Amino acid sequence: MATVYVSYTPKNDEKQPEGLIQATIGKETVALLPVEIGNEKLNCIQAAQKVGTQIPHYCWHPALTVVASCRMCLVEVGERKPDGAVVMQPRVVPGCQTPVKDGTVIVTTTAKVHGAQQQTLEGILLNHPLDCPVCDKAGECMLQDYTYGYGRATSRMIEQKNTPANKPNLGPNVSLFTDRCIMCSRCVRFTREVAGTAELQIINRGNHAEINVFPGEALDNKLASNVVDLCPVGALCSNDFLYKHRVWNLKTVDSVCPDCSTGCSIHLDGNKNIVYRLRPRDNPKAQGHFMCDEGRLGYGYVNSKDRILKPTRLGKAILWKDATKDIRETFELAAKKDGSTVAMMVSPWMTSEEALLLAKWARTLSRDVRLALGPVPTVGKDDHYPKDRRGNDLNSAPKFTIRAEKCPNKKGVSEVLKQFQLRLHTFEDLLSWVDAGQLQAVYLAAGYPPRGQGWITTEQADKFKKVQTVVVHDLATSPVSDIATWVLPAAAFAEKEGTFVNHAGLAQAVRWGVTPSGDCRTDGQVFLDLLQRRGLAHVGTLRKELAKEVRYFAPLAEGELGEYGIHLETPQGA
Amino acid sequence: MADFEPVLLRRILKNASPSLEAYRGDGGYKALEKALNTMTPQQVTQAVIDSKLRGRGGAGFPTGVKWTFLPKGHPGPIYLCINADESEPCTFNNRILMDQDPHQVIEGIILSSYAIGATTAYYYVRYEYGDATRATQKAIDECYAAGLLGKNIAGKQGFNLDIFVHRGAGAYICGEETGLIESLEGKRAWPRIKPPFPAVEGAFRKPTIVNNVETMACITHIVERGADWFRSIGVPPDPNNPRDNGSTGPKLFCISGHVNKPGVVELPMGLTVRDLLEKHGGGIWEGKKAKGAIPGGVSMGVIPDTEFDMRLDFNGPAKYGCLGLGTAAVTYFDQDTSIVDVLYNICRFFEHESCGQCTPCREGTGWMHKIVDRIRKGQGRYDDLKILEEVGDQIGITPGTTICGLADGAGWPVKLAVRKFRSEFESYIKNGKKTHSLTLVGAH
Ligand SMILES: Cc1cc2nc3c(=O)[nH]c(=O)nc-3n(C[C@H](O)[C@H](O)[C@H](O)COP(=O)(O)O)c2cc1C
Ligand code: SF4
Ligand code: SF4
Ligand code: SF4
Ligand code: FES
Repeated sequence: MATVYVSYTPKNDEKQPEGLIQATIGKETVALLPVEIGNEKLNCIQAAQKVGTQIPHYCWHPALTVVASCRMCLVEVGERKPDGAVVMQPRVVPGCQTPVKDGTVIVTTTAKVHGAQQQTLEGILLNHPLDCPVCDKAGECMLQDYTYGYGRATSRMIEQKNTPANKPNLGPNVSLFTDRCIMCSRCVRFTREVAGTAELQIINRGNHAEINVFPGEALDNKLASNVVDLCPVGALCSNDFLYKHRVWNLKTVDSVCPDCSTGCSIHLDGNKNIVYRLRPRDNPKAQGHFMCDEGRLGYGYVNSKDRILKPTRLGKAILWKDATKDIRETFELAAKKDGSTVAMMVSPWMTSEEALLLAKWARTLSRDVRLALGPVPTVGKDDHYPKDRRGNDLNSAPKFTIRAEKCPNKKGVSEVLKQFQLRLHTFEDLLSWVDAGQLQAVYLAAGYPPRGQGWITTEQADKFKKVQTVVVHDLATSPVSDIATWVLPAAAFAEKEGTFVNHAGLAQAVRWGVTPSGDCRTDGQVFLDLLQRRGLAHVGTLRKELAKEVRYFAPLAEGELGEYGIHLETPQGA
Repeated sequence: MADFEPVLLRRILKNASPSLEAYRGDGGYKALEKALNTMTPQQVTQAVIDSKLRGRGGAGFPTGVKWTFLPKGHPGPIYLCINADESEPCTFNNRILMDQDPHQVIEGIILSSYAIGATTAYYYVRYEYGDATRATQKAIDECYAAGLLGKNIAGKQGFNLDIFVHRGAGAYICGEETGLIESLEGKRAWPRIKPPFPAVEGAFRKPTIVNNVETMACITHIVERGADWFRSIGVPPDPNNPRDNGSTGPKLFCISGHVNKPGVVELPMGLTVRDLLEKHGGGIWEGKKAKGAIPGGVSMGVIPDTEFDMRLDFNGPAKYGCLGLGTAAVTYFDQDTSIVDVLYNICRFFEHESCGQCTPCREGTGWMHKIVDRIRKGQGRYDDLKILEEVGDQIGITPGTTICGLADGAGWPVKLAVRKFRSEFESYIKNGKKTHSLTLVGAH
C-alpha cells in the first residue's frame, strides 16, 4: 500500500475534506491531501487525478510513450518522511515523467509551479497565431483552457511570429494548420506507436520545427484521424468536420460506433438533427482510446436526404397507424393459418431490445414463426495495429483492431434469437425457405446503412417475389424494397437507444443524439405498436425486460450500463 | 608550474607524424601493452577513479565514477561512444588531437573499452570535421592491420574491439550524450529523458558510456604514468569537501577572439583568465584593452575584464556566476566590441541549435534572439532586460524546465551579459543606439 500526498485546492462549495496535513514549502503553507493508491504504478498526473486535482499536460497521453517535452505538467515534488517532515526537491519536475511511490508529495499550488506553468504557456503562445475565431478547435482547445486556467493575462511578446505554411490535406482526412502546432509530438508518436505506419515526422529544428509527412507519403492509414483528437490544439483538423460547426453548439451524447464488432465507445456530436461528427470515447473495456476512420466517417447516411422517410404501401405513402394495423392483421392472418409460413429477419444493426420486441411479436403470433439473423457483412480479416512501416502485420500484441465483421450487434441479436428458437437461423436459411416456397409473410427488419453493394442482391431479392407479403423496414431503398408490399423507414443508430453487444460480449449503451428523420420512428417503437403495447419505447424498462427474459442478458438487470458497459461473458485473458 | 611539460600535445608540438609507426616510435601503445599484460579491467577503472579525471566534454563528471554506473556482470554488449561532435562555439581542442595525433585517442579508447568491457566503440565525429574523420579512419585502419583492433587485440585472448567512425548529423545537439545516441541510432537528435541514464540503457538500449575525445586521450596517459602522476597536476580536491573531485591532470585550453596568439595550449587547470590571456594568448590584439571574455564556450556565460581573476578549473567559474568550466575554450573581446553584438551572436546560435522539443528552450531561445536583435537595432525597451533575465533564469535543467543542458547554456550568457554589462544595454535602449554594423558576425 502506498500513500501519496497531493496539495489541496479548495473547490467551490465543497467542504474541506478530512485528513488534510499542513506543510511548509519554501515560504508557503500548503495543505496536503493524502490518497491511498495501493500498488498502482502511477505518475504524478495520474496520482493527482485521484483526488480530482488536474495537472495540466499536453505531450503526455496514457496510450503513448512519455517524452516529457512540453513542460506543461511541471510540479514540485518531495517526500513525506515517516516522522512527518516534508522534504522537497529543489527544482520543478515534469509530473508525467515522475513516478510516485509511498510518501511522494505532489505540490501544484505554489508560486513556483504557477510561474512554471505561466512560463510554458507564454512560450507556446509566442509563435501561436491565436486565430481562435476561425479555428475548429476553439471551445475544446487545451491551449485556450490552460491559458485561461494557468496562463498570464497579457502577452509580453511584441516580435513577429513565425508563419509556416499550412499543409492542407496532410492525408485524405486530415489537414495541418502548421502555425497552431505546439510540438507536443503526440501525432508523430501515434503514427509510430499505435498505427505503426509512421507517416509523420518532425522537420527543422528549434522554433522552426514542423510536423510533416515523409516525402511522397500521405497521412493515410485506417487510424489516421485519431491524430485530430490527440492534437491538443487546432493544428490537426478533420477535413470532414472542418468549418462545419462551432463546437460549443454541438450536443454530445455517449454512444457506440456501429461499423464493426469492436464497438468503439464514441461521443456523438450533433445539433438540430444533424450528426456532425463522431469521436472516440476512452473505454478500457472496449477499444481503448481510439477509433478507426471508417467508423468515424461512416455516419453520413444518417443525415442523408435519400433515406426512406415515410411508410409506404405499394409505393404510396400511408399513415403509421394504418401501416402497423394492416401489417399486424396480415401477419396474424397468415400465422393463424400456419405459423411456419411466417418469418422475420432481424439484422445485426438492430439493438438487442429491438430484437427482443420483434421476437416477442413473432411468438405472440405463433410459436412456429421462424426467426433468422440478417446478413452479417464481413470484409477481409480482422485488421490489427500497429503495423510495420509498409503496412504489414506485426507479431506483437495488437493495440487496436478493426474487425472484419462490419456490424455492431450480431452477438446481441443472435443471443436474443437463440432464446426464442433452438437454432440460430441465418439469412441463407431464410433464402432457402423462400426458395422452397414455404413462406407467406416475411418481415425484414433490416436497418442496414446504405453502402457498397447493399445488403441484398437483386438476385436474392427476386426470390421474395414468391412471398405474398413482404415488409421491409430499412434505412434506404434496396432491390427488395421494390418488391415489398410495405416499406417502413428505420431509424439509424444515432437516432435510437438500446444495447449493442460487441465481439467480446461487452454490452454498451447506444444513445440517440438526433431525432429520427422525417416520419421515421425508432424501430423499437414500431415493434411496440405491432405488439399493441402502449406507451413509448423506454430503454431502461426494455433493458430490464431483456435481462429478465433472455438469460444471456441477465447481468443487465439494473437497466443501466454505466460509462464503460457491462461484460456479459468472461473477457478473454481474464 | 613553470616546469609543466605538455603531455597531450607532446607529439603535436614537435610536429610528429600521426602515423602508427611514428606514434609507436614515440612510445605509443606502451600503455595498452602495460594494461593488457599487467592490469585487470577493474584495475584500469580503479586507476581512472584514483586519478580524479573529470570528463573533458563540458560537464566535468568524474570519468571513473561514471564507468561504475554500468550494470555489474552485464552479459553485453556494452557500448562506448566517443563524443567528437565538438560544436561548442570557440572550441577546437578535440579537433587538434584527432587531426594530428589520432593514435593517442584511439589508445585511450582501446584502454577504456578494456576497462568497461565494451566490444564496440562508436566514434561520433562532427560532420564538419572532414580532416579529423579521415585521419581517425586512417589510424583505425592501421590499428586493424597491426592487430591493435579486431579480435584478440595485441595477442590478448578474448579481448575484441571494433571501432566505427560515425559522421555526425551537423547539429550542436548531437553532442549532448543522449542526442548523440539517438543520432547514432539513425533518429533525430532529440535528447532523451533521464532516467534511464545511458550507462544503464543507452545506444540500442544497451549500457553505454559516452566520453569526450580529450577524456580518452587522458586515459592513455593515466594508464601509462599512473594515477598519482595525473593527480599531481592541477588543483587537488578540497580536503574539506568530500564531494569535490578537484581539477586534476593536463587540460587543453582553446584561446580565441581578439587576441594576438589564438590557439590551443595545454596547461594544468587553476590559472586565471588573465594569465591565460597574457602568458599564453599574447594579450589583446592591436594594443587594445580587453572588455571581457567568455570563459568556457559560450554556454558558460560572459564576464567583464574586472573578473579576469577567475580561476580556470572546475570550481572557479561558478564563483563568478558562470555555469562551469565547460570546454575550457576562452574567447576574449576587446574594448571596442559591442556586448549587445556578442550576445546577439550567441542567441542566434542557440535559437538555431535548440532541437525544439522542450517548450521553454524552443520558444525561449527564439524569443531572446528576437529581443536582442531588436535592442541592437535601436528599438529596445527597459522591459526587455527584465524578460531576458527572466527567460535566462528559467530555461534549463537547473530550474528543471527542460530535458537537456542546451537550454542552460542558452540562458546563462544572456542573464550574465545583462547583469554584468547592464549599463551598456541600457545605453542602447536609452539612446536608441544601433550597432555600427548590422551585418551578421561570424558564420554557421
Ligand atoms: C547541448 C550540449 C552539447 C554538448 N556537446 C558536446 C560535445 O560536442 N562534445 C562533448 O564531448 N560533449 C558534449 N556535451 C556533453 C555531453 O553531454 C557529455 O556530458 C560528454 O560527452 C561526456 O563526456 P565526458 O564525461 O568525457 O566529458 C554536450 C552537452 C550538451 C548539453
Ligand atoms: S489552437 Fe486553440 S488557442 Fe490556437 S487558435 Fe485554435 S482555438 Fe485558439
Ligand atoms: S500537430 Fe498537434 S498533435 Fe501534432 S505535434 Fe503539433 S500540437 Fe501536437
Ligand atoms: S533543452 Fe532544448 S535542445 Fe535540449 S532537449 Fe530541450 S529543446 Fe532540445
Ligand atoms: S505532459 Fe509532462 S512534459 Fe508534457
